[in-house]
Amino acid sequence: MAFQPIKFYQTGTFTVGNRLLPPEARAVQANMRRTNSLNSGHRACQGCGEALGARYAIDAAMSATNNRLIAANATGCLEVFSTPYPETSWQIPWIHSLFGNAAAVATGIAAALRVKGASGVRVIAQGGDGGTTDIGFGCLSGMFERNDDVLYICYDNEAYMNTGVQRSSATPPAARTATTPAVGEQPGNPFGQGKDVPAIAMAHGIAYVATATVAELRDLEYKVRRAMEFRGARYLHVFVPCPLGWGHASDATIRIARLAKESGLFPVFEAERGEVVGVSKIRKQVPVEEYLKPQRRFAHLFAPTPRPEVVARIQAIAERNIRKYGLLERTT
Amino acid sequence: MLKQIEGSRAVAEAVALSRPEVVCAYPISPQTHIVEALGEAVKSGALAPCEFINVESEFAAMSVAIGASAAGARAYTATASQGLLFMTEALFNASGLGLPIVMTVANRALGAPINIWNDHSDAMSQRDCGWIQLFAENNQEALDLHLQAFRLAEELSLPVMVCMDGFILTHAYERVDVPAQEQVDAYLPRFAPRQVLDPAEPVSIGAMVGPEAFMEVRYLAHAKQVQALELIPGWADEFRRAFGREAGGLMHTYRAEDAETIVVALGSVIGTIKDTVDELRAQGVGIGVVAITCFRPWPLAAVRAALVNARRVIVIEKTLAVGIGGIVSNNVRAALPGSGAAVYTVIAGLGGRAITKASLAKAFADAIAGRLEATTFLDLDRQVVERVLAREREVRRSGPIAEAVLKEIGPVAARPG
Ligand SMILES: Cc1ncc(C[n+]2csc(CCOP(=O)(O)OP(=O)(O)O)c2C)c(N)n1
Ligand code: SF4
Ligand SMILES: [Mg+2]
Repeated sequence: MAFQPIKFYQTGTFTVGNRLLPPEARAVQANMRRTNSLNSGHRACQGCGEALGARYAIDAAMSATNNRLIAANATGCLEVFSTPYPETSWQIPWIHSLFGNAAAVATGIAAALRVKGASGVRVIAQGGDGGTTDIGFGCLSGMFERNDDVLYICYDNEAYMNTGVQRSSATPPAARTATTPAVGEQPGNPFGQGKDVPAIAMAHGIAYVATATVAELRDLEYKVRRAMEFRGARYLHVFVPCPLGWGHASDATIRIARLAKESGLFPVFEAERGEVVGVSKIRKQVPVEEYLKPQRRFAHLFAPTPRPEVVARIQAIAERNIRKYGLLERTT
Repeated sequence: MLKQIEGSRAVAEAVALSRPEVVCAYPISPQTHIVEALGEAVKSGALAPCEFINVESEFAAMSVAIGASAAGARAYTATASQGLLFMTEALFNASGLGLPIVMTVANRALGAPINIWNDHSDAMSQRDCGWIQLFAENNQEALDLHLQAFRLAEELSLPVMVCMDGFILTHAYERVDVPAQEQVDAYLPRFAPRQVLDPAEPVSIGAMVGPEAFMEVRYLAHAKQVQALELIPGWADEFRRAFGREAGGLMHTYRAEDAETIVVALGSVIGTIKDTVDELRAQGVGIGVVAITCFRPWPLAAVRAALVNARRVIVIEKTLAVGIGGIVSNNVRAALPGSGAAVYTVIAGLGGRAITKASLAKAFADAIAGRLEATTFLDLDRQVVERVLAREREVRRSGPIAEAVLKEIGPVAARPG
């Protein structure tokens, strides 16, 4: 019996009680035969969004591929916390080569599988935002452009966490990191920098690009499954709060992720062949303050001198996302 | 079958005969003709099953090869010079993971100043990256070494670099004996990897290793290369039995038995050195050659045995370790039995400068007469160097060094000397 019997109902939330759903519609994680691809016992910090995202994503990919999956991992927190030898949390064939080459290693694996006629086995590459949007960007773009049969998953915690929270090209404006300290005239990361890698991925015209957060894990599972329905290059960008690097409570990971989406700062959507085909609407729009305030990396925006003009610039970014992706339900 | 073909084409045929399953290609002279020929073989269907992947950089080329090899495919790529440097991080990774990738390095100088011509700076810069390094003397050997390289790599689960002199070999048309597919199939078994990414038996490859085990892992890499020193001569014998000709091995000697003076070198310059030695022998000079085929692992014992009776050793180096001089000669010194033999470092042929018999003969004669400096730059234009240095002393903003040298030399012309 792969499912637990119903024990209680959840009420008053947006969550549909998983146990009320027919078995085929239930979450992969609800299935007791889930593969636990990233098994317990690893060394991630308490409340690590990356660990949570990877666990859901890889189990979903395993479920979608009939457990025939190989993963290439970039250097970073996920790699380090999951594997100091001889312990490994990975229950799947897994390789870590370098920081900047996960996409190319995955290309090589996919080529080997093709040549051996084992194209039923699917390939995932995964890494942090630094490994994806910065140092691994050349290999990533090459893999996209050749349309290699790889799903690349970026776990975006908006900085180089494994080396102690330094700025990456995914670090948002105003955020304090170890290399964008909260000092000087314009504390934190400058405005007007950074790259929108999901959009760049779409510009390659690849089969499938999607974003997700660890606040909506069913959506994450769906997007992994959907990605696996395509052949060729695919990209999934998952927003994964990092309690250590962002300075929020370890039990706030999901809430912070939800606020990122509900404020409009992190648009959640999916795109096929470069065109957006679906967006996750904002249910209850919240001002960006609500998202920023619980995080110490933004504390300098509120104390000792409040900087409402900076918060307003961040709010403007959220509004632009809302316009660009149509994130608000319009009642006309 | 005997064919009159370009060196690159000969290598491409050898690689194709070895049935690679994944070939990664990124262009850099003088390696391009090799992967172009392989690309054609794959696209036409002549080489199948094989995936030919046009990557976006040499770093990606080696990374794709790493992924392919870890997934159990026979993987090959080729590069040179800046390309080899661009994949440095992945080179150490491939050897550290023990992945039997084979790569041709069409030896070329390293910039700056950028220079496409031959020397050994590229391969020598990576001599300690954990790959086995073999150097070909001529195109037949280049072809043969590739067949051996796949054997070696897969037996030891270590990557192998086959070095051949850029242009001098890669672009030279020579007669080569290309074996038949059945011969190669009989010699080179199918790739049976020691580790493989396989959903049926999941393993984690490339996990982090701490101080408790790192020394042991590194020691094993060394031990495997040392083991290769014992196995390579046997494999050369086996190759001779299978194909009826000599190729590979750790090193070979030429007229060295009773030689008081021995010249050590690697690569195509050995041909010129042998000719020079023949002429000197005809004049009664006791001189011979030690030609190194396997540079990594370093065949210390074999080199020592070959040099034990020499009074002087002249190492012809196509590379310069700035700030110390020779690289091969330092390895040679490590092999010398404290016999008191003088070891001369002769830096020659950098950036494609022709190495002539006349210049070699003069250097050898100088060494025999005790006139050769311990570290010599063959055919260096001292006057130009002195004038450039003088100008630098006088003029603060003396400008780019390479430009200054070229100005002194005047109109650029090939100077075979
Ligand atoms: C070539 C290279 N440069 C730098 C590093 C150091 N390094 C290892 S992990 C890491 C940070 C990873 O950041 P990210 O990719 O965002 O993943 P995270 O740890 O945040 O999950 C860095 C800088 C390295 N291992 N290799
Ligand atoms: S530093 Fe952040 S990303 Fe790394 S393990 Fe801790 S919570 Fe996770
Ligand atoms: Mg990160």
